[in-house]
Amino acid sequence: MAKSALLKSSLAKKYWMAFTGLFLCLFLVGHLAGNLQLLASGAGARDQFNEYALFMTTNPAVRVLSIVTFASILFHVIDGIILTVNNRKARPQGYVSFKPATNSKWSSRNMGILGTVILAFIVIHLINFWGEMKFGGLDNTVYTTASGEEVKDLYTLTVKTFQDPEMGLVWAVIYLVAMIAIAFHLYHGFGSGFQSLGVNHPKYNNFIRKTGVAFAILVPLAFAIIPFYIYFVLEKI
Amino acid sequence: MNLTLKIWRQKDANAKGGIQTYQLGGVDPDMSFLEMLDVLNQELIEKGDEPVVFDHDCREGICGTCSLQINGEPHGPDRGITTCQLHMRMFKDGDTITIEPFRAAAFPVIKDLVVDRTSFERIQQAGGYISVNTSGNTQDANSIPVAKDKADAAFYAATCIGCGACVAACKNASAMLFTSAKVSQMALLPQGEVEATRRVLAMVEQMDKEGFGNCTNTGACEIECPKGISLENIARMNREYLKASVK
Repeated sequence: MAKSALLKSSLAKKYWMAFTGLFLCLFLVGHLAGNLQLLASGAGARDQFNEYALFMTTNPAVRVLSIVTFASILFHVIDGIILTVNNRKARPQGYVSFKPATNSKWSSRNMGILGTVILAFIVIHLINFWGEMKFGGLDNTVYTTASGEEVKDLYTLTVKTFQDPEMGLVWAVIYLVAMIAIAFHLYHGFGSGFQSLGVNHPKYNNFIRKTGVAFAILVPLAFAIIPFYIYFVLEKI
Repeated sequence: MNLTLKIWRQKDANAKGGIQTYQLGGVDPDMSFLEMLDVLNQELIEKGDEPVVFDHDCREGICGTCSLQINGEPHGPDRGITTCQLHMRMFKDGDTITIEPFRAAAFPVIKDLVVDRTSFERIQQAGGYISVNTSGNTQDANSIPVAKDKADAAFYAATCIGCGACVAACKNASAMLFTSAKVSQMALLPQGEVEATRRVLAMVEQMDKEGFGNCTNTGACEIECPKGISLENIARMNREYLKASVK
């Protein structure tokens, strides 16, 4: 029983949801740390960011991490869909009058909707940058590394995307909406992940809750600032 | 008080039910909710109509028999009480009150407002007990020392009356607050620890079999629970289950 218990039971689905979710929180921190380099200005900014991008695309350890990240997203989505379907089945006949707002927070009841918005954003985001880096042409965006190698210039691609006279601000707003969805998703998800894994004790519950709120506000906010900064503040290229 | 009551009526388990509206006058604010329904039923009987069937027993909040989803909340708008302890002073003259049975696939309607909650009993039977030799040489329970904090936590978990409000309140119709309370009250004590592994695996397996939903940590159950059973118990069950699964 023990083996199937860790794969098939209701609690196992919660563990996987929590485990992948908390791992993706770590990913967000790493991703943000890299992206914040885009706030740098001056002559060295382009070189610094492109060297970082080169490291991220060629380092084998990063490659393993990126595969784990993609797998986590996939697992989180599939597990979420299975849980949602099961949960709908658990109440085939709904209430005529149901007032969940009196006993629970909006974000906690709408993780599926928020998650769908985030998934749509991930697809858009991957097409914008990951797809361009992987499959896009080299037109005008060549960067010559310190060792003389020619690679795609992710810095210029990013800055041009958000400085585009027609689409730049539209992209920034789309990214802002997605970050709001992530903020609400994290607002519930961060603490919920710990609870699902059984990490709950009066000694540190408050710490987890406060950290979760801070995380849910600060991380998406920092992400959301970048496109607007590039559009409004950074010198045009 | 004059009230408009919108009550779910359903002939039997297989019938298609629906909401019926009743006007009820002369309701005293000091009546309990169930007394108000008694008055309604008296009127219905006098008119030759079928009375509304609802569950009740002790009427002092300890048996867990009464249920009812009242205006969208199990046991009504008040906190920390069962429906029998809900008083009409919580409502205003002229109010419309919607009364429905608890809704879950694992709680099928038997008639009107009465649902079958034996799924809870089957979860209990799966492992919510300790095996004690009662052949005459039973050891005194107090001879095993129990830490005060553990005893208190076990006692709080044991106050669960199994009414099903947690399931009714949960958007996923999850029974994890109930199951975790029953797991916790045993797991916290040395007498229960012996069978902890088998117990949590069996009870969760039965819970899943009954068709309850999954917990998404909205916390609605804890708020609506008449006994204030804490979410800490669900976390404890998660820990116990994780430990038991890898053993």
